[in-house]
Amino acid sequence: MAEIVATPSQGQTFGKVSARSSAARHEARTAWLLAAPAILLTFFFIVLPVFAVITLGFTDFELGYSGFQFVGAENYLELFGDRTFRQSLWNTFVYAAIVAPVSIFLALGLAMLIEAEGIGRSFFRTAYFLPVASLLVAMATVWQYLFHPSIGPINAMLALVGIQGPNWLGASSTVLYSLAIIGIWQTVGFNLVLFLAGLTAIPRDLYAAAEVDGARSAWDRFRLVTWPMLGPTTLFVTTISVINAVKVFETVKTLTEGGPNKASEVLLFTIYQEGFVYLRVGYASAMTVVFLAILIVLMIVQYRIQDQQVHYT
Amino acid sequence: MTSNGFTPARVARLAVLSFGALVFLAPYIFMISTAGKAQSDIFTSSLSLIPQQWFFFENFAKAWSRVSMTTLLFNGVLVCLLILVFQVVVAIPCAYAMAKLKFRAARAMMVLVMLGLLVPIHATALPLYVAFDRVGALNSYVALVAPFTISVFGIFLFLQFFRSMPDDLIHAARLDGMSEIGIIARVIVPNAWPAITAFAIFSVVAHWNDLYWPLIVVSNQAYATPPLGLLYFRAAEAGDDYGALMAATLIITFPLVAAFLLAQKRFVEGITMTGLKG
Amino acid sequence: MSALSLRNIEKSFGGNAILKGVSLDAEPGEFIALVGPSGCGKSTLLRILAGLETADSGTITVGDQDLTKLQAAARNVAMVFQSYALYPHLTAAQNIAVPLVMRRLTRAQRLPLLGPLMPGQRQAIADIKRDVRDMAVSLKIDHLLDRKPGQMSGGQRQRVALGRAMVRRPAVFLMDEPLSNLDANLRVHARGEIVEMHRRAGVPTVYVTHDQAEALSMADRVAVMIGGSLLQLAAPAVIYDDPQHVEVAKFVGQPRINLISQQVAADGTVGLGEARCGLSRIDVAVGSEVTLGIRPEFVSVSREGRGLPALVERVEFLGSEIIVYSRLEQSGDTMIAKLTPAEGAGLSTGKRIHLAAAPERLFVFAEDGRRLRSTSLIDSDVRELAYG
Repeated sequence: MAEIVATPSQGQTFGKVSARSSAARHEARTAWLLAAPAILLTFFFIVLPVFAVITLGFTDFELGYSGFQFVGAENYLELFGDRTFRQSLWNTFVYAAIVAPVSIFLALGLAMLIEAEGIGRSFFRTAYFLPVASLLVAMATVWQYLFHPSIGPINAMLALVGIQGPNWLGASSTVLYSLAIIGIWQTVGFNLVLFLAGLTAIPRDLYAAAEVDGARSAWDRFRLVTWPMLGPTTLFVTTISVINAVKVFETVKTLTEGGPNKASEVLLFTIYQEGFVYLRVGYASAMTVVFLAILIVLMIVQYRIQDQQVHYT
Repeated sequence: MTSNGFTPARVARLAVLSFGALVFLAPYIFMISTAGKAQSDIFTSSLSLIPQQWFFFENFAKAWSRVSMTTLLFNGVLVCLLILVFQVVVAIPCAYAMAKLKFRAARAMMVLVMLGLLVPIHATALPLYVAFDRVGALNSYVALVAPFTISVFGIFLFLQFFRSMPDDLIHAARLDGMSEIGIIARVIVPNAWPAITAFAIFSVVAHWNDLYWPLIVVSNQAYATPPLGLLYFRAAEAGDDYGALMAATLIITFPLVAAFLLAQKRFVEGITMTGLKG
Repeated sequence: MSALSLRNIEKSFGGNAILKGVSLDAEPGEFIALVGPSGCGKSTLLRILAGLETADSGTITVGDQDLTKLQAAARNVAMVFQSYALYPHLTAAQNIAVPLVMRRLTRAQRLPLLGPLMPGQRQAIADIKRDVRDMAVSLKIDHLLDRKPGQMSGGQRQRVALGRAMVRRPAVFLMDEPLSNLDANLRVHARGEIVEMHRRAGVPTVYVTHDQAEALSMADRVAVMIGGSLLQLAAPAVIYDDPQHVEVAKFVGQPRINLISQQVAADGTVGLGEARCGLSRIDVAVGSEVTLGIRPEFVSVSREGRGLPALVERVEFLGSEIIVYSRLEQSGDTMIAKLTPAEGAGLSTGKRIHLAAAPERLFVFAEDGRRLRSTSLIDSDVRELAYG
């Protein structure tokens, strides 16, 4: 992704300058025509709405009321003092801080076990990947049953070993962790498949060289070969995992509606509530700008790290 | 690195992997089991997987009667299909122009694409919702499909793919007298199937599962997509009728899971390709 | 006692015998080239030597130490890989340092943050740095030490790989086609360097290649491996002038040796025109099939007169020599002759020529490929003696 300069194709070289430039003009016109639908749609569905959301963030626009006024930074000031919003930011942070690292390291560990194992490779891959291909809203419902405090299998199992299970999704002390478990369950397979691809791409000779060079233990070989060679994959997996964790919405909307007691209020759910339920579009737009800013910061961090890494050949 | 014998290390490895797989598959196992249980059965013995009374038919019938599953599935397929077709038809010519034709805007467009990759539907939903509301287009297939007709990710993916195709292929096609549209249709697309498949899988998985946008623009059950429909079903069911709920869940999860199980290799390739290129 | 000794190494993959009992001894400081067509098992043998694969049976000893059951990391054996296998994330200096770090530092000393706190770590690191620099200077790559493999040319990478192998003064040196990724010019130059480096290190070296020119020009002794068996192990000149097996004769020599099937005549001889060889009755019976071999440079061509008549099919001009492909009129066999430009002047496709060979240059191989003892005879001289 580092290379963002389009490589222009060599046009045919004609002897005469005029013939050449007319051919070039023709080529440019064709290119414009081919790109026009994409450019128009990008403008209407991405560029314009982004500018609109930034603008709306400075207004008191509410759906259902006709007019609106520019209120400057008032929305942002309100955000700072808004307990729900601060809670929501914090919850999103906690959720991402659990789901991203756990799903990354779990996936890496499982990928290395699968890679080292001869049999059952495709079975294990399928098993761990299945949640990625499943409708999350539907599977969240299943998890709700699994987590059910009285009739749920999880607490039933805990009861077998004499532990009184918590009210997973129903208590404000555990709800975020329960959601994080679902999030991890859903993300691991995706990361695992990427890590498996990364592992397969490591040249076997490097492991042989490491052995000959005296790397006796599996840990030495991991440090010397696997971990550094997986660098680009790990960076990518990390970025995707963090961004997806920040975007958590489906499970919250389906299972908890932000509750109990705002303990599972997360960023996108708060934006949804403000914008589409209370219809305070201006205020929700300001929140959206904060959300976008978080994504941009994450992207910049990724680019920075990527630039520091060498491009292996 | 494959060992032939069952060494202790290998047994441990297999044990860990198998236990993990069991945990990851547990929700499916309980989903299927519970979908076949009667209400009383669910409340008394949650750990036994085999239903005491065979209740599959009743639960499925209930699921089918409360919410029109056929409509849901039909909407899901239609919306995903429309989105995919538009995305591909819009993205491929654009990516081709950026990769293989010389024009001045190519560089600016590249920057636009990279920025566009950052912007999810959640960021543009508010103004789009206001706009759709103003033109009275809420509760329609148009509202469900239109914002996704452009996929910058698609452009990016195809762009990467086209760049690796040799220029000589296109030059040869031009010498053979093909127009640019002809080149796209007869040279580029036939050679781009791996990228198109990968993108199709990515797109369908994303939009089949998307709840956010349908939730915003659709309030009429007739246009509900599967995730939204399931939300309605839960609301309508309210109580703890997990048997019917699991049956509905099973019906709605099944299509994509079946597609995945049938075309596993393509799925994994697709995810790997779309993933690592990004 | 030899410096390196392989005894009866056998290996098979899934019922496919890759190595069929290979034995090989190397003297201290000897350079042995292991040569053979691809798939002959030479790389597998090398990997078994390195400890990267385990043999099904057989033993490996270096000096008086039995390595057979040791892990690769525990053997003091260095290897240069065909792909060089440099760690792409490490600089040249770090790459060369890896074997020293792995051997000289304890596990605790190697820990990322705690390592520097361990006693003796600082001194050990300083020693390693000094050794790496010395090695780089002797390979003339000290200006590359801060570069990563991605920023180096093929030749530079190859030297860094050599440095990494040499720096720890191994007991045995293994090289797996280390020059095959270089372009032709560089390759010839690098041959000399590797031989020079080997002489300085004075360590037995096993060098795997499929390129016979490399093997013949570099090695003290050449081991020719075909189909999982070691057919001959001898000095380059012996391999070329006195091949013990038809496959060895076929594999070594460019252009390829001429081979002609023949039946042993009633008088117990075989031959090419007037050049005849007598065979011992103990080796082979009258009427049985044998193969005659003659190297192209020993085939002489005359426009008329004595010799076997043949038609020129193709003439290749190579500057210092001319290769003539012709078809024998009697048997239809194709014969290749290597001539000087003077000898070959005026030859062209379709010309009729006569081929002759010196009988002492003929090799006779039995049906199973073994070389047969033979005596050279000139025409009708003393025919009875040969079959006596």
